[in-house]
Amino acid sequence: MFENLLVQGLSGLASASSLFLVASGLTVIFGVTRIVNFAHGSLYMMGAYLSWTLVTALPRGHLGFWGGVLVAALIVGVIGVLIEVLLLRRIYKAPELFQLLGTFGVVLIVQDVALMIWGPQDLLGPRAPGLRGAVEILGVRFPLYELFLIAVGPVVLGLLWLLFHRTRWGTTVRAATADREMVGALGVNQRMLFTTVFFLGSVLAGLGGALQLPRESVNLQMDLAIIAEAFVVVVIGGLGSLPGAFLAALLLGQLQAFGILIFPKITLVLAFLVMAVVLVVRPHGLLGRPPASAHAAHVVEPPYPPATPLVRYLGFAALALAVLVPPFMGEFALIVFTEIAIMVLFAASLHFIMGPGGMASFGHAAYFGLGAYGAALLAKHFAAPMELGLFAAPLMAGFAGVVFGWFCVRLSGVYAAMLTLAFAQIAWSTAFQWVEVTGGDNGILGVWPSAWAQPKLVYYYLALVLCVGVTLLLRRAIFAPFGYALRAGRDSPLRAEAIGMDGFRIRWVAFIFAAIAAGVAGGLFAYAKGSVFPTYMAIPRSVDALLMVLLGGVQTVSGPIVGALAYTWIHEQLMRSFDLWRLFLGSVIVALVLFFPQGLVGAAQRLTERRK
Amino acid sequence: MLEVEGLHAHYGRAHILQGVTLAARQGEVVALLGRNGAGKSTTMKSIMGMVRPSQGQVRFEGRDLAGREPFEIARAGIGYVPEERRIFTELTVMENLDVGRRPPRPGQQAWTEERVFALFPSLGAMRARPGGRMSGGEQQMLTIGRTLMGNPRLILLDEPSEGLAPVIIERMADAILALKRDGLTVLLSEQNLHFARLVSDRACVLEKGQIRWEGTLEALMADEAVKQQYLVA
Amino acid sequence: MTLLVEDIHKSFGGVQAVAGVSLSVQAGELLALIGPNGAGKSTCFNMLNGQLRPDRGRIVLKGQDIAGLPPRRIWRMGVGRTFQITATFASMSVLENVQMALLSHAHRLFDIWNPVRREDPARAMALLERVGMAAQAGRPCGVLAYGDLKRVELAIALANDPALLLMDEPTAGMAPSERVALMELTAGIARNSGIAVLFTEHDMEVVFAHADRILVLDRGRPIAEGEPAQVRADPRVREVYLGTGATHGIA
Repeated sequence: MFENLLVQGLSGLASASSLFLVASGLTVIFGVTRIVNFAHGSLYMMGAYLSWTLVTALPRGHLGFWGGVLVAALIVGVIGVLIEVLLLRRIYKAPELFQLLGTFGVVLIVQDVALMIWGPQDLLGPRAPGLRGAVEILGVRFPLYELFLIAVGPVVLGLLWLLFHRTRWGTTVRAATADREMVGALGVNQRMLFTTVFFLGSVLAGLGGALQLPRESVNLQMDLAIIAEAFVVVVIGGLGSLPGAFLAALLLGQLQAFGILIFPKITLVLAFLVMAVVLVVRPHGLLGRPPASAHAAHVVEPPYPPATPLVRYLGFAALALAVLVPPFMGEFALIVFTEIAIMVLFAASLHFIMGPGGMASFGHAAYFGLGAYGAALLAKHFAAPMELGLFAAPLMAGFAGVVFGWFCVRLSGVYAAMLTLAFAQIAWSTAFQWVEVTGGDNGILGVWPSAWAQPKLVYYYLALVLCVGVTLLLRRAIFAPFGYALRAGRDSPLRAEAIGMDGFRIRWVAFIFAAIAAGVAGGLFAYAKGSVFPTYMAIPRSVDALLMVLLGGVQTVSGPIVGALAYTWIHEQLMRSFDLWRLFLGSVIVALVLFFPQGLVGAAQRLTERRK
Repeated sequence: MLEVEGLHAHYGRAHILQGVTLAARQGEVVALLGRNGAGKSTTMKSIMGMVRPSQGQVRFEGRDLAGREPFEIARAGIGYVPEERRIFTELTVMENLDVGRRPPRPGQQAWTEERVFALFPSLGAMRARPGGRMSGGEQQMLTIGRTLMGNPRLILLDEPSEGLAPVIIERMADAILALKRDGLTVLLSEQNLHFARLVSDRACVLEKGQIRWEGTLEALMADEAVKQQYLVA
Repeated sequence: MTLLVEDIHKSFGGVQAVAGVSLSVQAGELLALIGPNGAGKSTCFNMLNGQLRPDRGRIVLKGQDIAGLPPRRIWRMGVGRTFQITATFASMSVLENVQMALLSHAHRLFDIWNPVRREDPARAMALLERVGMAAQAGRPCGVLAYGDLKRVELAIALANDPALLLMDEPTAGMAPSERVALMELTAGIARNSGIAVLFTEHDMEVVFAHADRILVLDRGRPIAEGEPAQVRADPRVREVYLGTGATHGIA
């Protein structure tokens, strides 16, 4: 018994080391550049693929293997530098979420590039020469390579510590972490500094990937699998803190190792559950510090002007088209139109907390999905009619908003975004793993509208009325005292509190509103598709919502509507026309981030302003 | 040594500097006076390249630096001490100084930590203390020391007396006079006329992004009309 | 007595920031809190406005102990504040900034139906009139000059008819001329409306021209209290804070 526990603990340590390698690079890059690099997982995957290619091509033996691993890590470092120079360098001043999205665009591009080069099949690498065997520990055999990995983590931590505290480069990097502009004014070329930091972080990611070669097969899912975990480690440890990341990796490695013994089903949720708990107790992670707000770039958000006559006419015209044209359309077009109406509401609900509220949500799909499940579960288990289901959808989403929101609105910035992501992942894995109730991966089928709403045209009008109605309600709230109070808390929490506002309650209520609205959208979506799957709550759907809002423009009131229209249309076209749609979508995202940082509506506003 | 000519700068759509022209000779302390919002800090940041000037020239020792990056301007020999001090709070006094270190010019006597501590003795007693755990006055000394470590020949001092107790301001004045004796050129932005008078040779009065008056401090103190129009009234 | 503070203490991780400060301010009176950096002025202030809870001692506002209440509750009991670095809602107009304080006062923040645009602006305009900002009511706060922002803050602080105004370095970052004007305005309003004012300040000209009384702190303890002339003559105050007077023109 004890021997088994020991072996389990050692395995946990080995996993912790691997995780730490990736997380350390992520946290170092964040510390200096303030960029949350979604593409870090892609660098890890590249490390694994490249080392596979090199190790299998080079002669067998120590030099071939270890040389291949190191060269792969260095090549990944160069790829990282390319990403930094071509993309990130141009968006250092952009809002956090834009940077996150830009790097997500890179993730999509790398996925298709890797698919083109290495193909869809899993690749198996050789084992490490000299570390092939196992040792006996208390009578149980334990792989040597795992022991080697256990040692790698602390060694890398030690080397990094020396680098950051005993070299002038390291001191400068730590100074730049606090105030990059000042470091520049003291004569340091911060561009070079950022690029070298990015190189270091990328090499660590590549090394982490390459060292996985003897442990597991190389595949195309490695990137998102590791990035989710690495985010969790970095956030639990405290963004930018290396010892924090190490501690968090150890904690997570052990929890995973023993969690699997006690309650195998919980493994997917466990990491996110731990993160949620840590963030509630320590809002900046275990060893993180509150960001030095003294010199954070102070962004002044633009005012919200009431709709101009032109915007109003355009709005009425769009609505008139949406009402008058569909009777003359075919079934497929009706389905697309219904989906667009639903997406408009979904985007508007996210915008409500992001724009006026200034809260970043990376897990808004949770409320959309829970709305859908609320309706579908009633239909499946109680054979409830659509009318009841559409009522249950916002109720279920709203309830989740009450609970999750209570935690999320206490945090700010990246931490809040990560906590929303954590809750969305918890909701997703519950739907995925609680097969008896939710049907797991197979979803719930046969969620059909009531007889009167069965015709596609009738259902379209139903969706249109509900979606436009709720969207307008959200818009009305933005211009009412509540929306102003929400903006007040975003503009100056200090002042808001000093004139008697309870910022927490205001943000919480806004979060619940947004969840309810997303739930309405989700419920309508369920009946439109006739089925519900866990993917409704997965990361890509949350990213969809973010893209729609950012495409339209966060700090404009009409942005989410335009964004939803444009995005749903682009997405539809891409999916239909290209096999490599990820490559295209990724490029579109990168282009958007580079050229339209204010979104479409924001860009249009600038144009009309310039004409004046 | 420093010649700024016809400098324009914008913040968004606001036209902050509207053709600033001023000069500082080797070893001179020039005070840049004016109300809040007159453009003093923007002038300094534009010289330093932290705000990109939209028009105009910044000549330093004969080279035009307008439009260059801040790090290039710092390497050319201009040091910048920001109004908000901007100490690296997580770094110790010694590390803060280390970040500022740049090689001296041939023949120049290099600044060292010890020389900084001789100028500001209270810093020498807290070498290992993190910047975040220092008082406002100590931070002000550290930010000046950090800039000096770069061996500049001209320093831009943005409101060094702001928010400090009168006794500390007096020590600051002594330090500036000591630097002047060493031959350093100083461009000082200031709201405290009494302080400016203690240390400066000449004053330039800035209003709405342009220099409106120039002369010695004695002349300024005697000219009630100018004081009323640009500084006091 | 509007505000009565008795023997408050606060320490951070073993460092005694404030060690036994008592003070009182009457309606219509201006009390200045001065001292070197790190003397405990900010800590004192943050205990009065609710951002910090005192370890010990009482803070009594109009007969009620407010020590440890959150800032928003203290505001509702009649304490207006201005900040060292102005804090306004940059995405809203000057008028809307003041209206927010009025809406909050009327407990109407959770109204999701009635557009703010259709609110009656009369009361907010009257407040702006008082601080001389009525002409700029429609401009966004994000583009105002610093001195004007300070006036807007004052109008916001007056919105709930406060009994006490807490002003943290009210003239920091302003030109000397604006300083005098703002403090004259504040003093006038305070005396006419019977508002007690407690302020910290580094500009000695402002302090000596407008304070009725001055309390000097050093290392968390009061070292002198009295009328301006008394404090100015105090040798200890000169030694730790005022210096020779060469830099503030007051000797």
